[in-house]
Amino acid sequence: MSTEPLSTIFLNAALINNFVLSAFLGICPFIGVSRKLETASRMGMAVTFVMLVSSVCAYGVHQALLIIGAPYLQLISYIVIIASAVQLVEMFIRKFSPALFRALGIFLPLITTNCAILGLALFQTSKEYDFVQALVYALGAGVGFTIAIVVMAGMREELELAELPDIVRGTAIVLILAGLLSLSFMGFAGLGT
Amino acid sequence: MNTVDQKAVPDSMDALLKGLWRENPVFVQVLGMCPVLAVTNTVINSLVMGLATMFVLVMSSIFVSSFRKLIPKQVRIATFILIIATFVTVADYVIPAISIEVHRSLGAFISLIVVNCVILGRAESFSSKNPVGRSVLDALGMGIGFTIAVLSLGVVREVLGNGTFAGYRVLWSGFEPWVVMLLPGGAFFVLGFWLLLFNWMRERRSRTKTEVAS
Repeated sequence: MSTEPLSTIFLNAALINNFVLSAFLGICPFIGVSRKLETASRMGMAVTFVMLVSSVCAYGVHQALLIIGAPYLQLISYIVIIASAVQLVEMFIRKFSPALFRALGIFLPLITTNCAILGLALFQTSKEYDFVQALVYALGAGVGFTIAIVVMAGMREELELAELPDIVRGTAIVLILAGLLSLSFMGFAGLGT
Repeated sequence: MNTVDQKAVPDSMDALLKGLWRENPVFVQVLGMCPVLAVTNTVINSLVMGLATMFVLVMSSIFVSSFRKLIPKQVRIATFILIIATFVTVADYVIPAISIEVHRSLGAFISLIVVNCVILGRAESFSSKNPVGRSVLDALGMGIGFTIAVLSLGVVREVLGNGTFAGYRVLWSGFEPWVVMLLPGGAFFVLGFWLLLFNWMRERRSRTKTEVAS
């Protein structure tokens, strides 16, 4: 059982150990869908939402696996849970809010293979968070992902206007920008305990 | 796809070789970035990560390819993920049996091989359509290509960031280590510069080709 206060957990997941920039989780969407500010912020929303849902599910599954004593099934059941949670969330949103469904579009199914979601489930288990702590952790991770991808999209929109040599266009310049962003996020380290 | 290369080497050889350079999963297809960036702070970690990924790639390609006619189309992705997750679990239990230390420094990233898009990508685009032999060659090629990529990051980061290679000191004793290389930012920089280098080489080669043609 972990005794960290909720505020520390939130700040840790959102800024100090940002999921994208210091734990390298969810790099694929971070590079793939950060071209436009609008799509990036929607992607951030979708990821945060799925993180909350799958965090709750993973907590339940972990407790169930503890009872039947089968820890080696953890990985397989987590990935199945996440895939079905994404599917459920998709059906739920389509039914109750078609506008939001259209806004999220293709991003929802893609989230299944986002390693940030599985990483979150694995980390919350290894850190032994209880239910409320896990929920706050998931929220912090989602907020952190959204901040990172939105800042990146803002920089890339500016970059469209800049004059660049041909060879740095594409992924190379994005990675170097991400490196600078990651260095600047290290400034938050002072916030931690 | 280069047609000249395909004629020069036999088909099965091409399945193996294309993963090394022409369709390298990391440098050309830019897939599976998370482990590439996260665990490449030392040479040993990179090597273990590369080998573990190669093991999962090869084993899952054998299974996907031998069951490819039995798996219904609608649930194929879920089935592939289950097969992959099984072998990742195997790797996750084998690595601590060999070295607890390496397992601790890799942490959750062994489990995260499940969501490495390289593996699912090969299962979907190659193993599910080809016989076992060719799928294994393809998986082996991709696995070696991936290992080369993680190693090329790991070597640069450990040598410049710590002055050592796999724990042995290689640079002179007064060398001031570039700490930034071991920080998360360094991973982005090194991969960015590798991609830059490859872009530059590719552009130079295509320019000499057009000069020869004209």
